[in-house]
Amino acid sequence: MQPHHRSYWPIVAALTALSAPLVIMYVYQLIDTVTTTAPGSIIPNGITLQHWQFLSQPITRDGPTIWALAGNTLIFACSTAVVVTGVSLTAAYALSRLAMPGRGLFLGGLIVLHAFPTLTLIVAVFLILQYMGLYDTLTGVILVKVAFELPFGIWIMKGFYDSVPWEIEMAGVTDGASRFTVWRLLVLPQVQPGLAALLIFSFLSGWSEFILPLVLAPANAPQVLATYLAAIIADDRVADFSLFKAVSIFYALPVLAIYVIFQKKLMNIYGGGSKG
Amino acid sequence: MKLVLERFTKRFGATTVIDGLDLTVADGEMIALLGPSGCGKSTTLFAIAGLHRVDGGRILFGARDVADVSAQARNVGIVFQNYALYPHMSVAQNIGFPLRVRGESTTQIDRKVRSIAGLVRIDELLDRRPAQLSGGQQQRVALARALVREPDVLLLDEPLANLDAKLRMEMRSEIRRVQLETGITAILVTHDQVEAMSMCDRIALMKTGQIVQISSPAEMYDNPTDRYVASFLGNPSIAFLAADAGEELRLAGGQSLGPAGRLAGQGPLELGVRPEHYGPGKGPQLQGKVVMMETHGREDLFEVDLDGGGRLRAILPAGSGVRTGASVDWGVAVERLFAFSPKGARL
Repeated sequence: MQPHHRSYWPIVAALTALSAPLVIMYVYQLIDTVTTTAPGSIIPNGITLQHWQFLSQPITRDGPTIWALAGNTLIFACSTAVVVTGVSLTAAYALSRLAMPGRGLFLGGLIVLHAFPTLTLIVAVFLILQYMGLYDTLTGVILVKVAFELPFGIWIMKGFYDSVPWEIEMAGVTDGASRFTVWRLLVLPQVQPGLAALLIFSFLSGWSEFILPLVLAPANAPQVLATYLAAIIADDRVADFSLFKAVSIFYALPVLAIYVIFQKKLMNIYGGGSKG
Repeated sequence: MKLVLERFTKRFGATTVIDGLDLTVADGEMIALLGPSGCGKSTTLFAIAGLHRVDGGRILFGARDVADVSAQARNVGIVFQNYALYPHMSVAQNIGFPLRVRGESTTQIDRKVRSIAGLVRIDELLDRRPAQLSGGQQQRVALARALVREPDVLLLDEPLANLDAKLRMEMRSEIRRVQLETGITAILVTHDQVEAMSMCDRIALMKTGQIVQISSPAEMYDNPTDRYVASFLGNPSIAFLAADAGEELRLAGGQSLGPAGRLAGQGPLELGVRPEHYGPGKGPQLQGKVVMMETHGREDLFEVDLDGGGRLRAILPAGSGVRTGASVDWGVAVERLFAFSPKGARL
């Protein structure tokens, strides 16, 4: 045991050295939001809460409050999560279980789309949204985000459905239940871990989405936290890095909280199935 | 309820798996569909359950043709090899599921679940989850769930295959007991001849989508219609010897079994000798040498290479003192021999 233990030390030292810059940057990010620092110095010279004032008043006089933006982001992330999960649940069941025409083609398409750099489609998406009158609306961005997330969601859920034994459904059908009842009462509970993981995953993905709202809903005022954050440093007049860091922390907190709370459920998505 | 398959046909794509199969199961009878994997026995079972579409012929439950009736409306109970219990439900919820789907009241469901649980002896387990049960207990739950809504037919798909040897013996008699007590018509699909013989009133032995022989276990063992049936039943299995029947019945290896009797003049044929019909003093003696001996406790199994060619198996009570390598002159009970034509038909 003893020599085995000692052999870890070089690895631990190497990893510490490698991650030190990251840790230091995070620590400074936190410190900078509550202190004042003289230009050119790295040692803070005073404590202040002024960088957190955005919590109580808008940064620019006629701009949105941070809470309105957080609300928008929440709506965006929740809608994405709910629609992606809902569609994936039903689509993946069909792909896993029903002998439908074009199934192979559809499955192949899913993989291609999953690996596809979807951003290259942005011009086409822009034109479609424009045509549908959904350009520069939150609804439009949500729909595009959902479409981009679906291949992943369907593929993951199909994996979970595939691991449910056929016999459970056959037993349900001979027990007199309709296919829909079988799905709802017998199959859905078996894929529940996948459902939870996908829900959280697509929520987080929606919460952190930046490019789509930036390109498809530029507006005069930013609509979600990610684009707002970018706007803070993009605007020369109010560029304020301490403020940027404070908003970043505000933006990252829900993500951290969710990871801490749902860690186990999220790991399910890589486990790929339920155990009876 | 009486069950009849009439010219039942099943195709998968372009392949016809079962072509015009006829089968009648009497009310209250338990019948085995026995055969090697791929012979179509499970396909037949799933077609009766309504899980496979029927491509031709009729399936009659009593007088009702159910070939076009959906699985939900067919009223069959089915037990699967892997039990197919619903893992997220308690034992009571599992058994009650068919009743719940039919919209029966909670009190009625509760009463029926308790009564059927008593029958299969799992009263103590009603609050457990399937994962907390042993294989045998899970099988009992599956049986209870299949029986609770009093189906017309009980279908058992390799129900014992996932159990260990000891439990298998126990569940064999348990399933039979429950079947007899409820008087339900039952079909057992199995590849294990011991299960088929010990549990069922009749056996339908299948081969490539056809029923080769259908009769009681004893009749099938003592009077197989062809070489395939003879070789499928019996453990240790029957041994075959090439022979020629002129005046005398002479083995291909040169040794004689005496006058050919009713087989005289048949020419080349094959003889089937069950292990219990070969041994010291059973009939005309054959010279041979013991090449293998297995101790089974109560009895010993021998394999004997006959001088000139051919191998026979013998099963003798333990303590015969015969060892591997010994020369023996055991005899064959000629009147119990099966003779088969070169094509495998019984002579």
